[in-house]
Amino acid sequence: MIIAERKPINEIMDMVKDAKRILVLGCRGCVTVCSAGGEREVEILASLIRLGKQKAGQEVSTIEATLVRQCDKEYVDSIDQWDGQYDAIVSMACGVGVNFIANLRPMAKVYPGVNTLSFGGSAEQGVWSEQCAGCGNCVLHLTGGLCPVARCAKSLMNGPCGGSVGGRCEIHKDVPCIWQSIHDKLVRIDNKEGLAAIAPIRDWSTAGHGGPRKTLRNDLTV
Amino acid sequence: MPFTPNIQAFCCHYTSQQTLAEGPEGLRADGFPKSVTIHRLVCTGKLEVSTLLKAFEDGADGVYVAGCPVDKCHNLMGSQRAAKRVGAIKKALAELGVEPERIEMYHLERGFHPDFVKAAQEMDERITTLGPSPFQGGAK
Repeated sequence: MIIAERKPINEIMDMVKDAKRILVLGCRGCVTVCSAGGEREVEILASLIRLGKQKAGQEVSTIEATLVRQCDKEYVDSIDQWDGQYDAIVSMACGVGVNFIANLRPMAKVYPGVNTLSFGGSAEQGVWSEQCAGCGNCVLHLTGGLCPVARCAKSLMNGPCGGSVGGRCEIHKDVPCIWQSIHDKLVRIDNKEGLAAIAPIRDWSTAGHGGPRKTLRNDLTV
Repeated sequence: MPFTPNIQAFCCHYTSQQTLAEGPEGLRADGFPKSVTIHRLVCTGKLEVSTLLKAFEDGADGVYVAGCPVDKCHNLMGSQRAAKRVGAIKKALAELGVEPERIEMYHLERGFHPDFVKAAQEMDERITTLGPSPFQGGAK
């Protein structure tokens, strides 16, 4: 899922300093699962915004709502039910949702309520870790299912750098060296070819270095 | 005119047994401040962040939560969860430029204990010193 966390409330208050009617808009997708922008977080942020406005001696009214997703036009269209009732939208979806609202409603003032952090998973209750970089050219079949692009600090493709000590990355002792993990995994599953393979110089154009990426599925278009 | 704070206390069933045993008059006789309004809960672990924030929205100058001792919660981890939620609100208050001490978590022994009254007295003194909530007197 996409991992996000709420922005500091003072940062959000600065965004909405001129707004008197604010639509706080959550998303039932990834940000609900990672407890950053679902119904509960919308309720909390709306309350904090009202308190911030009270402290500043400003009037404010909030509308609290949560869409099924903010990354599909059919759901974003439903914000029209509040037309004329808000001056600004604070979206608690990931950056995709904020962009979609900005794309589809050119006149709307939409602000991000969260920082979008990574593609990751829940390692344990309240802890999420990055697992994928969305680089567009997956190599997990060569690396025992462990991603060197997202999980190596240098995104190295042919083994660890010289800073790996005791299976730990040089950037922090709490970060495992993913190339140590890849090596151990390939040994465990007896993938000698994978261990010996040399990855060629990588074409990063699929990773966004070639500009914004667009996916087209002719079998699905209408 | 002297300031009388509005303090909202959210207490679990077990730490607030004194309120049942003594009743409001008995508590006052023990020195429980008039400024504190008690809300009893089955467990502080059930307390939502939004409920605590709403207390401030509704005019509280201070808010506190009284739950079981950290490692002796009747529901195992309820008071630990409540403490983390109080911590999250302290952080948000600081970000809004408001004293984080306006909200506090107390881990108290279950049953009939004078610490229940002491916590209320401490908050009464603290909030009286801090003065009215900066959230008050805002939107007209």
